[in-house]
Amino acid sequence: MATGTEPPATEDPHPSRGGVRTTTRAAIDAPHLRTDRWWLAPAATAAGLLAFIVYSTWRAFADTDYYAAPYVSPFYSPCLAERCEPMRHGPNWEIFGSWWGISPAIIILIFPLGFRLTCYYYRKAYYRGFWASPPACAVAEPHKKYTGETRFPLVLQNIHRYFFYAAIVVAGILTYDTVLAFRDEHYAWGHMGLGTLVFLVNIVLIWAYTLSCHSCRHIVGGKLKHFSKHPVRYKAWQLVGKLNARHMALAWASLVSVALADFYVYLVASGAFDDPRLF
Amino acid sequence: MSSYDAHFKVWRGDAEGGGLEDFKVEVNDGEVVLDIIHRLQATQTPDLAVRWNCKAGKCGSCSAEINGRPRLMCMTRMSVFSREETITVTPLRAFPVVRDLVTDVGFNYTKAREVPAFVPPEKLGPGEYRMMQEDVDRSQEFRKCIECFLCQDTCHVVRDHEENKPAFAGPRFLMRVAELDMHPLDAAGETGLDRKKTAQDEHGLGYCNITKCCTEVCPEGIKITDNALIPLKERAVDRKYDPLVWLGDKILRRGSSG
Amino acid sequence: MSVVDRQEWDVVVVGAGGAGLRAAIEARERGARTAVICKSLFGKAHTVMAEGGIAAAMGNVNSGDNWQVHFRDTMRGGKFLNQWRMAELHAQEAPQRVWELETWGALFDRTKDGRISQRNFGGHEYPRLAHVGDRTGLELIRTLQQKIVSLQQEDHRETGDYESRLKVFQECTVTRILKDGSRVSGVFAYDRETGRFFVLQAPSVVIATGGIGKSFKVTSNSWEYTGDGHALALLAGAPLLNMEFVQFHPTGMVWPPSVKGILVTESVRGDGGVLRNSEGKRFMFDYIPDVFKEKYAQSEDEGDRWYEDPDHNRRPPELLPRDEVARAINAEVKAGRGSPHGGVFLDVSTRMPAEVIRRRLPSMYHQFKELADVDITAEPMEVGPTCHYVMGGIAVESDTAAARGVPGLYAAGEVAGGMHGSNRLGGNSLSDLLVFGRRAGWHAAEYATGLAGGRPVVDDTQIDAASAEALRPFSAEGPAPGEEDGKPPENPYTLHQELQQTMNDLVGIIRREAEMEQALEKLADLRVRARRAGVEGHRQFNPGWHLALDLRNMLLVSECVARAALERTESRGGHTREDHPTMDRDWRRINLICRLTDPTGGLAATDPVRGQIDLTRETTEPVRADLLALFDKEELVKYLTEEELYE
Repeated sequence: MATGTEPPATEDPHPSRGGVRTTTRAAIDAPHLRTDRWWLAPAATAAGLLAFIVYSTWRAFADTDYYAAPYVSPFYSPCLAERCEPMRHGPNWEIFGSWWGISPAIIILIFPLGFRLTCYYYRKAYYRGFWASPPACAVAEPHKKYTGETRFPLVLQNIHRYFFYAAIVVAGILTYDTVLAFRDEHYAWGHMGLGTLVFLVNIVLIWAYTLSCHSCRHIVGGKLKHFSKHPVRYKAWQLVGKLNARHMALAWASLVSVALADFYVYLVASGAFDDPRLF
Repeated sequence: MSSYDAHFKVWRGDAEGGGLEDFKVEVNDGEVVLDIIHRLQATQTPDLAVRWNCKAGKCGSCSAEINGRPRLMCMTRMSVFSREETITVTPLRAFPVVRDLVTDVGFNYTKAREVPAFVPPEKLGPGEYRMMQEDVDRSQEFRKCIECFLCQDTCHVVRDHEENKPAFAGPRFLMRVAELDMHPLDAAGETGLDRKKTAQDEHGLGYCNITKCCTEVCPEGIKITDNALIPLKERAVDRKYDPLVWLGDKILRRGSSG
Repeated sequence: MSVVDRQEWDVVVVGAGGAGLRAAIEARERGARTAVICKSLFGKAHTVMAEGGIAAAMGNVNSGDNWQVHFRDTMRGGKFLNQWRMAELHAQEAPQRVWELETWGALFDRTKDGRISQRNFGGHEYPRLAHVGDRTGLELIRTLQQKIVSLQQEDHRETGDYESRLKVFQECTVTRILKDGSRVSGVFAYDRETGRFFVLQAPSVVIATGGIGKSFKVTSNSWEYTGDGHALALLAGAPLLNMEFVQFHPTGMVWPPSVKGILVTESVRGDGGVLRNSEGKRFMFDYIPDVFKEKYAQSEDEGDRWYEDPDHNRRPPELLPRDEVARAINAEVKAGRGSPHGGVFLDVSTRMPAEVIRRRLPSMYHQFKELADVDITAEPMEVGPTCHYVMGGIAVESDTAAARGVPGLYAAGEVAGGMHGSNRLGGNSLSDLLVFGRRAGWHAAEYATGLAGGRPVVDDTQIDAASAEALRPFSAEGPAPGEEDGKPPENPYTLHQELQQTMNDLVGIIRREAEMEQALEKLADLRVRARRAGVEGHRQFNPGWHLALDLRNMLLVSECVARAALERTESRGGHTREDHPTMDRDWRRINLICRLTDPTGGLAATDPVRGQIDLTRETTEPVRADLLALFDKEELVKYLTEEELYE
């Protein structure tokens, strides 16, 4: 046979049996022959993401128990409506005024949500876990047609880098919140509670996740053709590359930590728990 | 040295049809699946068709699906299976079957031809090329590819959708585009060829939904998704979806960045 | 009139490894319509297994290097039996061939100043091997493959057809070279996938089919290495040269059994790996032959210092030419100082940090991890000699790569003889492929396009005979004319195993007269039985049938090796006689030439004494004076006879 001169596969006489069951391919009825527990990973991913969606939807719309001085829930920061609880020195700027009638979390959550929704890791996770496209490697997907990210709406995934820029700003604000957490409930500086630790862990993970982003890796150096002419950016690219290798782990860790930080604030704000002061 | 009889199911047939056939076959210490297939040939089925060459994971000929997973037969040790397990070996299921474990991989050669070759810089003669190691590292990783086509086989874009084959080059050849785009001396830009753009417009980069199966099956451990496909997507964004970069390039009159 | 499909080409290249592809590129660039035929898929050739690098005196790492030094090393490595003009051309042109690869997109490892990095290797005085980690062969094949694709893209732009001027027929096997009188007229081949026969008519045929390793049991070679090109040339009336010289690479894997023979690259030693026996001793210090005494370290300390400071220390004896190291390992194992699985220990784990090993020897790390469950960063490897390369091959003209006596036939790469003498240096193979691949393509194209009107004609009776020969295994049940009835067909796999065992045991790394005579008898017996090799099934991708056809070639070349080895009563390079253990200066000028006994190409001879092969001696041309002047007199004395020196 010559290289690549074969005529293209002729029209499939049984269009209903496409994919691995296309008639030109080896006649095997099973959609896959995997014997391992291939369904475990997508199922766990779907369950984890679903749990977060349920929790975050409840908290985002709750519009209550999101501030317990000096802690503000990361879901509600920055708080941009007049209805926000007053936080001294906190990031509550009344940009949206009094007309905003629902939970102020909705205004800001769009950014981290968009960042994670268009993130290269989460895309893999939900394409596999929710959309079964594919459910696992070499396991036939149930869809008849597939156009990937070539069309609206999925072509919008290409704006990931703008969400990355936004995520930098959000992470900056959350860093500010963490600094504010070094106060006590009377706004006196130089104190720390258990919540401060929770915030510290969270902000480190948020930054690590944000900086491990593939878009970030591209922007800091990946786009270059000659690293040798840009030694500083090359170093930065290598550093981001190291983080990037752990993007999945960081995506999950920061997802859990941000929910935990919010939950901690909820517990303290609702009075269910007293923030233990360390000093 | 201990040996035992293993239970194999091997797909036999051709384009007209076929099915899994059962075999009992001896297995010795340290053997790989390809050894067992060879033993079948030598003792039970002399006409069992199979491709193989180097037997050391360097040529990428003996690609097949073992218990449903795309793998090289020469690099799949029998010790990863329990002695009771039935081991199922089928041809690659994304390509037309020729006979038994041999498939028609012509798709890949067609795609290879559609990627414009390396364009040598005009001003440099042989022996005058100077490239720094850090500048060739990325493309070198992609050049480790042994063209076993397991990534092409596992990629659901074509595995599950025959109709996407004309539009989609597949991970191996998108990686080739990335390799050339990252080559420190590729002069495609000077000839008016923008690989970042054609990756999406002509080679179907947009079909990739980065679900990483290509990386998962790569026997060379190349990080196809993270190091080739996603960077290529980002490069395409530079050209097609990022007005800031576009504006910056216009103002600074930079043909290619860096 | 035969019904097989026919096509007309200018140049047909048989084999798509480094030499074949380089020849095809050259022929096409010189205007010849070129077809390449290969047994495997395009890009899978055995060249991918070459690990260490391409030897070329570019002087990037040590500026003292130049072509004269490379020439010297090559002649020393080959124990002065090399066809010296080939060694000269090779040393002179190798750098150009490597640089050219860069312009086609190859990415070699770099020096600090951005040039091609070069590494040390056995027998090379300076760091000389351009490399990419330990996968240089893959880089070479891929680069040539991609160059071919780029030429096809060019043709597509001009003619609308990718394959108008350069076409690869992959998974096809050539079984006969067709001739018009003394001239080549084309090839007869079958498509492995469909089993269909076809003929490519062409005035020029370049043979680039590689080696013969599959005739031996323990080998680093793949199934393709069945000596096809050697046999095709013999059958077409061309002579083979010095077939007794078979290189056993000192370091092949010895365990597990299924990978026995697979290569462990010489770079492991070039980068600092050492050989130890079961007593933990670096035994190579005991095996430095007199001719190399001044060039190699006498103590472990000096050897170790050499890696850092090569100018003031001599290299460790682990880096002696391959034949020396292979013999030493063989001797250690025989003396009972071998490793548990019958090899010796090759250790890098105590010599380099794990991270460095993984970076510099990635595919070795991978290979041992995956195939033997051995972590080479933590424990030593077990290695032993494995049949690796045949120095002998088709006798060719040095400058044109034209096979002697058959106009239109060319040969390049491992299948061609002469270049490496009695022993090939590591790294000289890839450069050989490029230098002589190009020359073969060049002269094949020149010859083909220069034939004004008088193109040779394909003879139908030859096609019919070739078809009948190829179909024979399917009708093996019935007795062939002139044979006695009642014998069942032979299993080709069994025959192949017996052949491999015979060659391994009787014509292996250490040879004895009686054993080789025994081998010739066994070969005669196998030849008779091979005529009854039968296969089941049909012609579509039938490996049993393919093997039955390849047996003819393996039996032919095995007989050449055995006969030549029996004839040469000395030990030199890749030929070691226990009964004649020393190198004999008188033998240096002798080439052994194998020809088919029946010049019509028939294979009727089954008599073990007479066999199929005629062996003759030939005296070589004296080495040109200016090349001899590159050596010290004291050194030449070891190789050349008094009268040669006197001249």
